[in-house]
Amino acid sequence: MELITLHGIEKTYQMGDIAVPVLKGISLAINQGELIALTGSSGSGKSTLMNILGCLDRPTAGEYWLEGQETSQLSADARALLRNRKLGFVFQSFNLLARTSALENVAMPLTYSTENLSDAETRKRAAEMLARVGLADRLNHHPAQLSGGQQQRVAIARALINRPPVLFADEPTGNLDSKTSEEVLQMFEQLNAEDGITIIMVTHDPKVAGHAKRVIRMEDGLILDTLPAADQRRETSGGAA
Amino acid sequence: MKVYATARTAFKALRRNPMRAMLTTLGIVIGVGAVIAMMEIGAGASAALKKTIASMGANVLVIRPGTASSGGISFGAGTTTTLTPADCQAILRECPSLRNAAPMVRARAQVVYGNRNWIPNTIYGTTPAYLDVQDWGSLAEGEPFSDRDVLNGNRVCILGQTLVRELFDDESPLGKNIRIKNISFRVVGVLSAKGANMMGFDQDDVILAPWTTIKYRVSGTSLATTNQSPAATDSVNTLSNLYPTEQLALYPEQSNVQQADNPMPVRFANIDQIMAAANSSAEISPAIEEIGAVLRERHRLRAGEPDDFNIRDMAELTNTLSTTTRLMTNLLLAVAMISLLVGGVGIMNIMLVSVTERTREIGLRMAVGARGRDILRQFLVEAVVLCLTGGAMGIVLGHGGSLLVQLLLKWPVETSPAAIAAAVLVSAGVGIIFGFYPAWKASRLDPIEALRYE
Repeated sequence: MELITLHGIEKTYQMGDIAVPVLKGISLAINQGELIALTGSSGSGKSTLMNILGCLDRPTAGEYWLEGQETSQLSADARALLRNRKLGFVFQSFNLLARTSALENVAMPLTYSTENLSDAETRKRAAEMLARVGLADRLNHHPAQLSGGQQQRVAIARALINRPPVLFADEPTGNLDSKTSEEVLQMFEQLNAEDGITIIMVTHDPKVAGHAKRVIRMEDGLILDTLPAADQRRETSGGAA
Repeated sequence: MKVYATARTAFKALRRNPMRAMLTTLGIVIGVGAVIAMMEIGAGASAALKKTIASMGANVLVIRPGTASSGGISFGAGTTTTLTPADCQAILRECPSLRNAAPMVRARAQVVYGNRNWIPNTIYGTTPAYLDVQDWGSLAEGEPFSDRDVLNGNRVCILGQTLVRELFDDESPLGKNIRIKNISFRVVGVLSAKGANMMGFDQDDVILAPWTTIKYRVSGTSLATTNQSPAATDSVNTLSNLYPTEQLALYPEQSNVQQADNPMPVRFANIDQIMAAANSSAEISPAIEEIGAVLRERHRLRAGEPDDFNIRDMAELTNTLSTTTRLMTNLLLAVAMISLLVGGVGIMNIMLVSVTERTREIGLRMAVGARGRDILRQFLVEAVVLCLTGGAMGIVLGHGGSLLVQLLLKWPVETSPAAIAAAVLVSAGVGIIFGFYPAWKASRLDPIEALRYE
């Protein structure tokens, strides 16, 4: 089933009088349960594409279908709601709230959800989520008391608290050493395999991309090629539009 | 997002930096504290003033006869002899705004008891209603004289505290006889102490007696003797032979028959003034109008003819004085308000710093689904929580301060719930007004930019 469909997505930034095209017409289809790595050199437009996929930004032109919903024309509030319900984010620098317990950090997105859970339910759900990422014994630790890998796992728990179908990870291992990076990536693989969560990672680290089932390489605002990372076999479909 | 949850988030956010939150609210604490202290001390001052005025007889109207003049020479206020005890009864009967009214006759004479003597400030001849008019409350000792004493002209009196001290030392004067102008008065009661009024006039230096007794036995004035015109010369004065003061008769003398046909209206008694008490201070001006109408009718004054009496009230004095205190209170309040304003600017400043500092947090919250208005609300609630906490502390501080002032400086202080309510509203208002701009700024952040902010 197609979860995400991009059709001719363009993004142009206006720098004063000069229009700077960053995405020059991207078409892409992502199925449910995929584990994708988005790679490319800096300036290739991978972050911009990720922002558009994450509904943080709107494309200048083109269509973006997310679970059968056209999102490119939605208002800021509607996109906020969409992000809350359907999208999870993991950042390079974790972005945890300082001096706030892991549990509260994880529960934070629930305060913006329309579900209106009670306090007890919220705590229960956050605790379950932390248990999923293997931090059941760190509920009340503050980010400063956690290692980098643990912090990133808290961030993953937070991204998943609203049970979104898609998880975006922007350089998730950029601030981690190789051992903890491996742990986090294994966690992604596990979530992808066990829960069928679609994961889209933005990275320029080939080792990270190696964990993905599909690697999308970008260059100059276009998709250069898409290849299954596992067997390094080149694919011709879904190339540059 | 529920209000409760928002408030809790705000509390948590503030608790993350308690020292800064404390310092930020300091401005509001001092501002609200100053407002509360000013209001309480101001309210205490005006209450004390009201009490002072009430001890002089609040809501009291003084009705005095008009000015007599003869040949262009005026004799000053209260010199015509137009007020009668019947006027007093009439205004009490016909003016619904009046609570009570008492006729007054004044005298000044030496008072003697044993080997001591004293000249009281005033000897008032009146009726028992006077005590009610002057709000004199209960007597310190004994009973007031009765209306029957007034009718009979009995020689009884009530003494003020000063007289008791001057004439009797610590002895009880009840039942003792004092002499006023060689006329013996039995003391039936002693007034409670009232102290000096605002003009420094000792209100306890007074003797009250039935007006009939004072008028006919002590001052001995009657319609004839109060007439100061030269026609009333004593025939004993030998100088009158040298300088005849007898006036030329302008009109032909009336025969007995003519006099019987056209009797001159004769007043049997006139009084120096009437003191009347209005039901409340609000009813003072209707009371003045009613009394004026009744007296004009009774004195048969035609339209256009000037009043032959005048009515004065204490309200003017009350107003002047309370205006002054109100002015002072408002002035201090304005100063306190300025400090609140400064506190508000401090809040805005810190909130702006906080927004900048927490740009990434804002970006994150937006990424996980917070809408602009959620962010706006969060920061606004934070500012309001900060201000309300400051306001609560300010109330405690201000109230404590005013209690301290009461304790140390002995200033009168009055707790004012209105001031406390106002302080709460004002501090919430300051939070909303000065918190809005930073909150609005936060809500307008672009999540991508905010997440990238270093």
